Amino acid sequence: MKSAILQTATRYLLPILLLFSFFLLLRGHYYPGGGFVGGLVASIAFVLHSFANGTENTMKILRYKPLSLIPIGLAISAVSVTFPLLLGFPPMTGLWFEEPIPVIGMIGSALFFDLGVYLVVIGVVLTILFTIALND
Amino acid sequence: MLFTVLTGLITSSLLVPFGKIIKTKWSILLPFIPVILFLFYLWHVPVIANGTNVIQHLAWVPSLGVNFDFRLDGLSLLFALLITGIGTAIFFYGRSYLKGHVYFDRFFAYLLLFMSAMLGVVLANNILTLFVFWELTSISSFFLIGFNNDSKESRNSALTALSITGLGGFFLLAGLVLAGNIADTFIISELFAQHDKIVNHPLYPLIVGLVFIGAFTKSAQFPFHFWLPGAMKAPTPVSAYLHSATMVKAGIYLLARLTPALGSTELWNTTLMIVGGFTMVYAAIHSLFRTDLKGVLAYSTISALGILTFLLGIGSNEAIIAASVFILVHALYKATLFMVTGIIDHETHTRDLTKLSGLRKVLMPVFIAALLAALSSAGLPYTFGFIGKDLIYEATLHYQENWALWLTALAVITNIGLVAAGFMAGIKPFTGRLPSEFEQVHLPYKSMWIPPLILATLGLVFGIFPGIVGDYFNHQTANAIAGQETGMHLKIWHGFNTVLILSLATLAAGTVVYLLNKPSRAKLAAIERFNKISPQHIISNIANGITRFSSVYTNAIHDGYLRSYHLKIILFAELLLAYKLWLGGPIQIDFENLTPLSWYEVGIVAILIGALYIIVTTKSRLTSVVSTSVIGYCICLLFVFYSAPDLAMTQFTIDTLTTVLFVLVLYKLPPFINFVRQGILIRDAIVALGFGVIISLIALRVLYEPNTTAISDFYGENAYLLAKGKNVVNVILVDFRGMDTMFETVVLSIAALGVYSLIKLRLKSSEKE
Repeated sequence: MKSAILQTATRYLLPILLLFSFFLLLRGHYYPGGGFVGGLVASIAFVLHSFANGTENTMKILRYKPLSLIPIGLAISAVSVTFPLLLGFPPMTGLWFEEPIPVIGMIGSALFFDLGVYLVVIGVVLTILFTIALND
Repeated sequence: MLFTVLTGLITSSLLVPFGKIIKTKWSILLPFIPVILFLFYLWHVPVIANGTNVIQHLAWVPSLGVNFDFRLDGLSLLFALLITGIGTAIFFYGRSYLKGHVYFDRFFAYLLLFMSAMLGVVLANNILTLFVFWELTSISSFFLIGFNNDSKESRNSALTALSITGLGGFFLLAGLVLAGNIADTFIISELFAQHDKIVNHPLYPLIVGLVFIGAFTKSAQFPFHFWLPGAMKAPTPVSAYLHSATMVKAGIYLLARLTPALGSTELWNTTLMIVGGFTMVYAAIHSLFRTDLKGVLAYSTISALGILTFLLGIGSNEAIIAASVFILVHALYKATLFMVTGIIDHETHTRDLTKLSGLRKVLMPVFIAALLAALSSAGLPYTFGFIGKDLIYEATLHYQENWALWLTALAVITNIGLVAAGFMAGIKPFTGRLPSEFEQVHLPYKSMWIPPLILATLGLVFGIFPGIVGDYFNHQTANAIAGQETGMHLKIWHGFNTVLILSLATLAAGTVVYLLNKPSRAKLAAIERFNKISPQHIISNIANGITRFSSVYTNAIHDGYLRSYHLKIILFAELLLAYKLWLGGPIQIDFENLTPLSWYEVGIVAILIGALYIIVTTKSRLTSVVSTSVIGYCICLLFVFYSAPDLAMTQFTIDTLTTVLFVLVLYKLPPFINFVRQGILIRDAIVALGFGVIISLIALRVLYEPNTTAISDFYGENAYLLAKGKNVVNVILVDFRGMDTMFETVVLSIAALGVYSLIKLRLKSSEKE
């Protein structure tokens, strides 16, 4: 599908949507949002880009295969689950920094867990869609 | 103690990235892992000898009662020393045995995994931790037995071993959880105090049965013994480690460990005596008919395990002392004999007893090790085996008056068989004339023949100075099993009594059997005629039957059409739900309490119905997919109206992506042709309408049910207090039910990998062969 309007639009939409998805991820603990829906929005951003510019070009922007996001995401989640063990707490204990970080707010292990989910979701969705799209 | 378990696990996983390095001269680092662990446990000997127990507790999943509870007492210490000590010998030995093997790194990764799992089993003080490590030993031994994965026999043996021990593991878990629930604790050492409560519970026979199945499968007791001879397909270092000293003794360990909690009842003791007694005689006789060196050792191991079960069954203080000594005796001589067999196999490339002879001329130090081990196994005075045998006879002779004679007779028959089997494995290959084809045979690396020589020498040292073992820690082993002071004092000389006469008579009779029994193929063939009634045959028939049934069943249900699967799934759900609804009685709907309809809800429903109409009537796939997503978006809007923004957002994005996915797939499909007949349309319509009606009825029914809000109140109140989050939905996902989310992401990942590999890694037609 070649459409100059869509191509130009996605050039700006991709970063905005990604930013929005990250925003959803960060606010998840307090307002509607979270890693899962954030990941889905980010995937949609890439899918939109691939519609306008072709999947090959989107893969070029991504540089790495979306498949590689899955182990990274799983590892981040797993570390956030097991990290409390090192401090002598049972796994999955919520650990929080004392002071809020400017702009982002309170940061705790739950955020890292959600970040892992976010990456896994992007990896899974893009892997499935792009593998099917590129298959001949 | 946790670190000793984790060391192996961590090193094992490090071998994945650093496997290449460890294949070079750096492999010398590997044996130092068991050495360090061995020294660690040796350092604990004085502490344990005083009768103190070392306890460690670390929370893991406290809400489920699963914790890293470790406890080191005399019994655990004996096993920990065996695991790390014999492990040290095996690591040195295996490093040379497998030098240059393609999967050298993999082998040691499995071996380290196994060692850690085994340490975990013997140290665990929590039922569930014990079970986790128990299963881990089954899994790691599966990899080790199937190490030569290009051989079909090897793979089959690995699978048999895994099925038998894995199945036993399930029974064990059930038994342990039952016992834990009755005693109201999952801590093993706390179970001991609840002995009377468990034993008098009506479920006690069931618990014992389940635990026994777990222990008997692991420790190769009749009728589950057959996986052990099959497991001899593993490389010999594995057999020497797993099948002499460690894994097969895990079942014995379990029985010993649980004796203070479940034992001392007629059911417990009699069953153990019958099963152990039968196994020991059966396997001892069987071992005489083998022509494969490892076959002889496998059956004599089963027999030795039978003896241990039998002794635990007798259950007197003397029997328990005998068992705790015999565990060590057997581990020392059997590991030596296995390693010797490995050397013979490695150098002559055969393990056939009918071909091997005269090897003493070329493998002198190996012969010395084998001879010492064979003599210890035969129970010659001044070997450790002599003390072990004495204690066994003492235990049987002092049993109740009218049974003592029979038990002693069983023990004597078994030991005669073991004497002969020991000689067959340790002396036969080395005596006689050296055939010309073996003249070129030479000694292997020092690291291969020194470890068995050390173990065999230990057998002699402990035999001459039994006090080293008895007074320093082995008495605590017996105390731990009996749950009381047993007063063990090991001596060489007990005076000229019945036991000594029996011992010498056994030795003489065993020697005679050895001299008369020439291993031959004809005898092997003769005994194999009974295979039809062997447990192995029967169990594999049952397994085949189940496989056949499942393939018939699967073929009947699975026809490969997605539409047919959908139909079956929905029909099944309808039946189930309809039945449940019918059970609930008539439905009353209170229209008064329903919220009044608003105009925008009516609008949404109108769009929904319109989209539905288009889906049913359209001739274009694309149109129907788009209409489906219209329905999805309408539902999103309904979520928004009823203040579920999280749900609406997720549904919205999912719907978008599903439509994209559909379009991508549709693009690849052939053009749409309408095959549909009137009858099929009507059938589908009925099923679909039925489903809609049932779901609507359920929704109405839910309204009618009393309002229970305990769960949502809990989350609502605690989300901010416990998890510092204001969005309850998200807090549930990442905190309260975080483990679920974790596993869901894993499932998603597996799905993605599945799609990726199905499409990307599709074999070309030329590669399909």
